Amino acid sequence: MKAFTMAAVLAATVALPSVGMATDLEVTHWWTSGGEAAAVAEFAKAFDATGNHWVDGAIAGSGDVARPIIISRIMGGNPMGATQLNPGKDADDLIAAGLMQDLTDLATAEDWAHILRPASQLESCTKDGKVYCVPVNLHSAQWMWTNRKVFTDLGMEPPKDINELLALAPKLQEAGIQPLSLAQGWPVGLMVNDILVAQAGVDNFVKVYKDRDLAIAGGPEFGKIFETLASIRQYTPADKMVPQWNEAVGLVIQGKAAANIMGDWAGGEFQVAKMVAGTDYDCLPGLGVTPVLNTGGDVFYFPKSADPAVTEAQLKLASTLVTKEVQVAFNLKKGSLPMRADVDLSAANDCMKKGLEILDHSSAVFPNDIQMIDRDSLNQINDLFTEFMANPDMAAADAQAKFVSIIEAAPK
Amino acid sequence: MNRPNPLFRNLNSKIASLPMMLIVLGVFVGGTVWTVLFSFTNIKILPIFTPKQWIDGFVGFANYKRLFNSDRWMSCPAITKIGQESWQFKCTGAMPNMITYAILAIIISISLGFLLAVMMDQKIRLEGMFRTIYLYPFALSFIVTGHVWAWIMSPEYGLQHAMRELGWTSFSFGWIADRQMVMYAIVIAGIWQGTGFVMALMLAGLRGIDEDIWKAARVDGIPAWRTYIQIVLPMMKPVMVTTFVLVASGAVRIYDLVVALTDGGPGISSDVPSRYIYQNFSANLGQSLSASTVMLVSMAIVLIPWMRMEFGKKSQA
Repeated sequence: MKAFTMAAVLAATVALPSVGMATDLEVTHWWTSGGEAAAVAEFAKAFDATGNHWVDGAIAGSGDVARPIIISRIMGGNPMGATQLNPGKDADDLIAAGLMQDLTDLATAEDWAHILRPASQLESCTKDGKVYCVPVNLHSAQWMWTNRKVFTDLGMEPPKDINELLALAPKLQEAGIQPLSLAQGWPVGLMVNDILVAQAGVDNFVKVYKDRDLAIAGGPEFGKIFETLASIRQYTPADKMVPQWNEAVGLVIQGKAAANIMGDWAGGEFQVAKMVAGTDYDCLPGLGVTPVLNTGGDVFYFPKSADPAVTEAQLKLASTLVTKEVQVAFNLKKGSLPMRADVDLSAANDCMKKGLEILDHSSAVFPNDIQMIDRDSLNQINDLFTEFMANPDMAAADAQAKFVSIIEAAPK
Repeated sequence: MNRPNPLFRNLNSKIASLPMMLIVLGVFVGGTVWTVLFSFTNIKILPIFTPKQWIDGFVGFANYKRLFNSDRWMSCPAITKIGQESWQFKCTGAMPNMITYAILAIIISISLGFLLAVMMDQKIRLEGMFRTIYLYPFALSFIVTGHVWAWIMSPEYGLQHAMRELGWTSFSFGWIADRQMVMYAIVIAGIWQGTGFVMALMLAGLRGIDEDIWKAARVDGIPAWRTYIQIVLPMMKPVMVTTFVLVASGAVRIYDLVVALTDGGPGISSDVPSRYIYQNFSANLGQSLSASTVMLVSMAIVLIPWMRMEFGKKSQA
């Protein structure tokens, strides 16, 4: 009897979604950590409320794992209904091959160009005047997180920026505290980019990555960056690196490390540890040097479908993602900044408010690296910095020369 | 006399194997040819199939040039001492790493496996139990093996940490974070996983040796160790060759163990070719294909002489 009931329930769960007019839309994404899953559930709830059905296709692992799977599914003729990607050049080839749904009509009808900010975000979704993706949130990577107690216990003033931290580093190390924690893999690239922007400035960063200015890439401003990285390398050698970004943040929370450079998603870890921004820990946008944020974030693409019902559901989803209520519900859980300026975010914490303030002065917002240079070159740059940070024998000047040659070879 | 055409001999079995032969031709040979051809083009993420696109995207040896200029694939700087020319080189990169791994894995796992098999062959008690114990690691996936050894060899959590907690403060075994030792760390994990399997193959080979040969050797008064080395070992050549091919092909395509154990780190010091190929796959397909072609050619250089030796002899006889 019991077995029969269970079988009936199982059969019902399988059979029911196909009954009725609802269209199933499989949505792939790589939001699998606790906070991320809660945030994506808000999307699913809102989409299901439109009478359609969100079929969750979460891919565990980082974007580096999910991206090839997503791209090869679209290329292989087995597209999902919608997919998360990062804004930038990843989907360029797919758009060129005509595999992506054109959202221009919807975007014009709902006036995305005016309700979504900053403009650069929608721009990177636009190719040859046509809109192909929906930006859903803004993440920024330019944050330094410090544990105030570590410094006050040692009788020091907590640093206001990265330069002050590096000046205090020898004393911290003497006291048995790691000045800067670091995780292996992509966090290395993130830290390098942050230091680049903080020390060389946004203008030089854009000139090198977008305009491929080799004189600056090989010049003294960038040379200083490599020197800074070499000094960080001394404090955080390969055997002090931890495998995951949240472990590196954890070292700061536990007071074993003084600071960590990580994106705004690290704020969630401090919140879980019940620490209060400003009293227990500091969040310093732009590493405290220049308050700037990049415009990374997440966007949704909709692979073209031959089935008009699917296309209709895709447009419905695209429109749902940018409504006010969904934007607020999603971003509060995700810890990211909403795309719309006209929403109420009184529930946001101090760090998010700092971010919003910078965002409203949009001159301080600059494009992400993948919006300026192709993934292949970016992979090579990442390899170079990963190796540089792990190899104490690699001279700063050699690394800089290699950096220049990668920028030189990058396709325009 | 009208002799039957050899093409039609065993016609039924030939027809039955036709689909398989077509698949081999289409998938393996076709895929290989496509890989080699398009390694000369600038394709990025979308695979292309028409001759026109091949001509449009043709870039000659550019991908290969970049491959061999890349430190990640291979770099062999001379070890220079001040004031003197040096003829010594130290190669680093994915290709030398793979070769180091392959040589060590082949030598150590085959000799260790043979030794274990000989010990098993001594009519010991509880043989079944020992055989199971030695074979157990082989039942694990490389991912599990990699993670377990990553914990053991991690300077933060592993054996080094445990020994230092116990009071041996100078103890050092953080090989996965040590650029010089990391490839040996991978070899240790690979051997731990693979030796049991080699032992099982060797044991089967040993059991296949005729008892009479042992009796004859004993009558002649030849000590057991000499019988093993000079009589049994040469008789086990087919088993040896099989084992060699299995271990060597496993070493060349090594990927999952490295990803789980070090993910190519620290830096890129334990990168291997298949990891390089996979990582380029979704960003620069042409680059990835050129690396695959280099792997294919280097395998052919090893395999073709061996195949001529193996199969060429038979046709002469």
